[in-house]
Amino acid sequence: MNPTQSDQQEANRDQAWTGLMLRAQSGDQRAYAQLLSDILPFVRGLARRQRHSPDQVEDVVQDVLVTIHRIRHTYDPSRPFTRWLATIVQRRGIDLLRKQIRQGRHEIWDEEAYETFADPRATREQEAYETAAGLNLAMMALSKGQREAIELVKIQELSLAEAAAVSGKSVTALKVTIHRAVKLLREHLVKR
Amino acid sequence: MTQFETTDQLIARLAATAEPVQRLRPPLLRACLWLLAIAAISTVGILAFADLHVFARRIADPKLLVEIAGTLATGITATIAAFNLSLPDRSRAWLLAPLPFLALWIGSSGYACYREWLRFGPEGWTFGESTHCFLFIIGFSIPLGLSLWWLLRRARPISPIPVALAGGLAVAACAAFLLQFFHPFDITAIDLALQLTAVGVVIAVGCVRPPVRA
Repeated sequence: MNPTQSDQQEANRDQAWTGLMLRAQSGDQRAYAQLLSDILPFVRGLARRQRHSPDQVEDVVQDVLVTIHRIRHTYDPSRPFTRWLATIVQRRGIDLLRKQIRQGRHEIWDEEAYETFADPRATREQEAYETAAGLNLAMMALSKGQREAIELVKIQELSLAEAAAVSGKSVTALKVTIHRAVKLLREHLVKR
Repeated sequence: MTQFETTDQLIARLAATAEPVQRLRPPLLRACLWLLAIAAISTVGILAFADLHVFARRIADPKLLVEIAGTLATGITATIAAFNLSLPDRSRAWLLAPLPFLALWIGSSGYACYREWLRFGPEGWTFGESTHCFLFIIGFSIPLGLSLWWLLRRARPISPIPVALAGGLAVAACAAFLLQFFHPFDITAIDLALQLTAVGVVIAVGCVRPPVRA
């Protein structure tokens, strides 16, 4: 395919997406579902270029879809849709990479550190039981909102944007709730 | 409790909850409307409380005119930049737009300080009315900042920090411009230092409490 044909295809695609987005902005749910499905290969391609692993690519994709949903009123149909979309993918991809770097700084994986008996299974079973019981008790001390935030983000491993969409809270409020909840959990577990 | 969703399930859920939305107006128009509203309210305040005779005498000095023009241009360009930066598909280069005018504002204020220092020597390094200027900028920045924050948060910016930086600068520059109508003397080094501190405080508050992220 020569460059002119490729440019023309991209222009046609942009025009089609702009049309779907216009209809989506006026509440056409079918057009909106089609738009979100049609953009998936483009979003996945961009996310892969940011060197995300396959499962992380899907995190970025879902984060992007939720972001589009929240800010679809900011799209101006007189401007290229693809550029609007690409910026969102780029920003969300960077956010995810930053989050991983932040988590990587605080988390160390050392399997042997948990093995204290000759039979590792005994240790794991005993520690798993104690940890689960302790964690259950600590979770009981949290408020309903804090428990929900921990379950969504730390246990179900939803992204902050997804968890915010599910819980109906803003991402900022969710971050604060998680921060306080983790602090409380830590205090309870240390006391034990 | 909600179970983990596949991408297809997520699309179905988002589509099912997609209500019609009202598109945001162009950023330039929104910026101009905010600036006009602030100008209208400020005009009433200036006519009611400022000593316009003193201001007319001071404005005859071309150096002060340059300083005021720099402050106003910083406020206007930073406001337009903030509204543009709040949208995902606008260039980050908008953040640079107010910088030439900011340089003009700080440079002309600095020159005025230098002249003041030559006239009064070490006596120019006194607090005098400077604390009033500081409180004026902070005080005026609160209503200006809240109104701008309320408008900018409608865009739910995906990168809130550049928006907060531009917005904070816009608010601080507008407040510093209004200060000129109630500031019946040339700026001193302490004035400038406190004004810059106030500008920094306003920008820092904007960054700590940026418009809601998408």
